[in-house]
Amino acid sequence: MAELLQHLVNGLVLGGTYALLGIGLTLIFGLMNVVNFAHGEFYTLGAYVAFAALAWAGVDFFVALLMAIAAGAALGWLCEVTLLRPLRGESIDTTMLVMIGVWIAMQNGELLVWGGVAKSIPHPFPTAPLVLGPVAIAPLRIFVLVLAAALIAASWLLIQKTKLGRAMRATFQDRDTAALMGVGIGRIHAATFAFGSGLAAAAGALLGPVFLVYPSMGDLASLKAFSVVILGGLGNLPGATLGGLLLGIVEELGAGYISSGYRDAVGFVIIILVLLFRPSGLFARQERIA
Amino acid sequence: MMRAGGWLLAAAALTLPLWLSSAYHLHVAIMAGIFGVLALSLNLLLGFAGQLSLGHAAFFGIGAYTSALLTLKGEWSFWPALAAAVALAGAAGWLVGRLSLKLRGAYFVLVTISFAGVISLVSVNWIELTNGPLGLPGVPAPELFGWSLRSKTAYYYLVLAGLALSYLVSARLVKSRIGRAFVALRENEPLAESVGVDVTHYLVLAAVVSAGMAGLGGSLYAHYTRFVSPEVFLFTYTVTMVVMVVAGGKGTLAGPLVGAVLFTVLPEALRAAASWQWQMLAYGVLLVLLVFFLPRGIVPALQALRRRGAS
Repeated sequence: MAELLQHLVNGLVLGGTYALLGIGLTLIFGLMNVVNFAHGEFYTLGAYVAFAALAWAGVDFFVALLMAIAAGAALGWLCEVTLLRPLRGESIDTTMLVMIGVWIAMQNGELLVWGGVAKSIPHPFPTAPLVLGPVAIAPLRIFVLVLAAALIAASWLLIQKTKLGRAMRATFQDRDTAALMGVGIGRIHAATFAFGSGLAAAAGALLGPVFLVYPSMGDLASLKAFSVVILGGLGNLPGATLGGLLLGIVEELGAGYISSGYRDAVGFVIIILVLLFRPSGLFARQERIA
Repeated sequence: MMRAGGWLLAAAALTLPLWLSSAYHLHVAIMAGIFGVLALSLNLLLGFAGQLSLGHAAFFGIGAYTSALLTLKGEWSFWPALAAAVALAGAAGWLVGRLSLKLRGAYFVLVTISFAGVISLVSVNWIELTNGPLGLPGVPAPELFGWSLRSKTAYYYLVLAGLALSYLVSARLVKSRIGRAFVALRENEPLAESVGVDVTHYLVLAAVVSAGMAGLGGSLYAHYTRFVSPEVFLFTYTVTMVVMVVAGGKGTLAGPLVGAVLFTVLPEALRAAASWQWQMLAYGVLLVLLVFFLPRGIVPALQALRRRGAS
């Protein structure tokens, strides 16, 4: 029982960051119809910016997190404006190839700047775990979970309550009608991509100190983000949140009770099973299959 | 004209070992040939049936492991092991095809990625069979009528034969009724279905042939490098195949070959000028540039240029 609780808590921490990754990707995928294989690279970028800010500049942890989000969003915006905007209206394969190119270029750029040796991010939290009854959890992990939850809530508010969010939802439902109603599609796409990339960078900056930072860390992150999107349904924000938490917990349970070697297989199996049996996602009401 | 060019190229390919002096150049030629097989294989799905597989390294890896394991542990000789590699990879293609019958576009891509991810993890974790991350060293070199094909020149001809076979299979398939069904499927699926093209059947067929061909490439690779490890499942291989097909021209028969030669020779030629990271960085940028400036690929662009010159 204690072991199960411990796994659940660890899974929740992991799942919170998966949810951040998934929300960013589900917005980009759902709204722009861009299969963003570079998504994981924004996650890596966030982790490295946090590393530079904390290890070299020695700033506060919150400041480092904000810097990571800003860097991710800025590069995401740049990427959309220079690469994706000219290709709007092209087939999904075309933009996917561009994003594969961006992915390879970014990953090797990171390798050139920061080198191939894995780095650990220094953090100001005590390393002794807090013991709450049967469960022990490091203060850093609590911080990660709380911040992930705050960022998810902020995203939800942005989508549901702001004018930008309303325009984004309108674009997702029907791009042409939204454009006719005066929604600037170009601006919405740029904002969506910047927003999604910022969230991925946040996930990297949060999970970076928990694990290690290395240039190819984004590959698995991309695939996990895709499994979250598929679990939750395209463009479905609550779905991505639940999907992220579910993936984190199932992975943790799978690693704990079945085999740690197959931890990363959980995401793949989820993709295959969900696409086979519930292709619109676990939480979606309508069929949305391209 | 076209025909003469083709014969000239074939003659050049057949005599290549005569005028490539160094073993290193021959090595590059062999790798280009193996990647040519892989690019032709991906092209069947991506170029003709219009479905992108980003899990193609899985079929390549299954072929490599099947051939290596059968010759190492089963003590089979090379030829039946090669046939088994093609068959098993083809069976995997059948499975993926059947599984993803109703999925198109990005969803098909994701199923293929996931399939490759699972297979790759199995190769790392099923240590009794695959020796895990350490891999399988000492894969024997093939023999033909008692002659060892261990030398680079002999292996070059073996790869060339494999490449010619893959090309002929592609050409036969594409020019047949089946190929027309593939193209119909790619261009307008509901219309194809409405005139009686059995979409499911042809998609699975495309997946099986494509995967089997990738398995052939895997077997050729395993017996050339004489070593197989979970690295054969690296996503880099899939990405390389995609870049080759897209750069050369998907949906053409010559395109994948041009792409394979270009993207094997180019990185090797640049090796002295730039480190591996810079090269990969350039690779990524190049892919982006290609999509922007040569979206249909090199071969169709050249064909358009010649048509313009002729008129």
